[in-house]
Amino acid sequence: MTGLYIATGIALLVSLFFDKSKTKSGLKKGWVKFSKTLPSYLKLLMIISLVLLLSEDLIITYLAQDNIFLGLLSSLILGSLTMMPGFIAYPLANILVGRGVPYMVIAGFVTSLMLVGVVTYPLEKEYLGIKATILRNIMSFVVAALIAIIAGIAYGEVFMI
Amino acid sequence: MKKLIKDYFLFGIFVIFALVSYIINFEFGIEIWDNFLVFARDMVLILPPAFILIGLFDVWAKNESIEKHFGKTNNPLRFIWSILLASTTVGGTFVAFPLANSLYYKGAKYSSIFTYVTAASLFMIPMTIMEASMLGIKFTLIRLLASIPFIIGGSILLEKYFDKTKYKIPFIEAD
Repeated sequence: MTGLYIATGIALLVSLFFDKSKTKSGLKKGWVKFSKTLPSYLKLLMIISLVLLLSEDLIITYLAQDNIFLGLLSSLILGSLTMMPGFIAYPLANILVGRGVPYMVIAGFVTSLMLVGVVTYPLEKEYLGIKATILRNIMSFVVAALIAIIAGIAYGEVFMI
Repeated sequence: MKKLIKDYFLFGIFVIFALVSYIINFEFGIEIWDNFLVFARDMVLILPPAFILIGLFDVWAKNESIEKHFGKTNNPLRFIWSILLASTTVGGTFVAFPLANSLYYKGAKYSSIFTYVTAASLFMIPMTIMEASMLGIKFTLIRLLASIPFIIGGSILLEKYFDKTKYKIPFIEAD
């Protein structure tokens, strides 16, 4: 984090040194983008605060199913709908490993958690547009499913017929 | 002013709800506010410098050099640039979305920006280290290596579709 501030400070000083008016117009552009999308960032944070109410027990119950493919499907859907920081997600994944949940299901959950952003929709549509946002997330869902299946094969949990 | 009220109305209610929850010790409301802070804390710290850098990027980055590395030519190296840029983007997709928008208007191809945005959610270095330490390096390696060809392949498919339909992503400007 301090690195980011140092880098920004240096970039600003260098920019000011070379061209004052260009720097000013750059800051203005940054401000326009920021202020126009701030409501979307707030919307996103509010949605996340509700999504995080989803209890860990519920996630564990759905992912730790006897039927591995139902477990996988649940992991992909729950992973897509939620968004959590690493310090919550990985300890949870660790609990799942302890419960004997297949790595395929865990890979499906962790990957869709990061790749598919249903909750980031309000923000993404501002910058990429509605159509690109929807199609990119569908693509990401398919990618998450494929990665989970590959993990399943690599851990010998599913076999190619 | 009307727009301002419309944009922040919901958030205003949210804050009032949180405040009242604290006053009357309403646990459910307090929990929601705590959840809000989980990501808000990082965003308050990351977004201001990130948007300063994006603004500077907008004025200094030359269209030709973006086109050369992320655009027009069918140079497959653009995927490597996109993934490298993604892994060094602090803040994941929260910062990658606005930067992708800037890249697009400087001449980056759709396949580059989709690879960039998608990779930015997957290749966060601190998250990756955490994952490897908790779930094993084998798990992380499988996940990351398997994802690269799919992300690139998927982005190329999306680009074909968007080029054909002449899709344009939104341009953000002052009112």
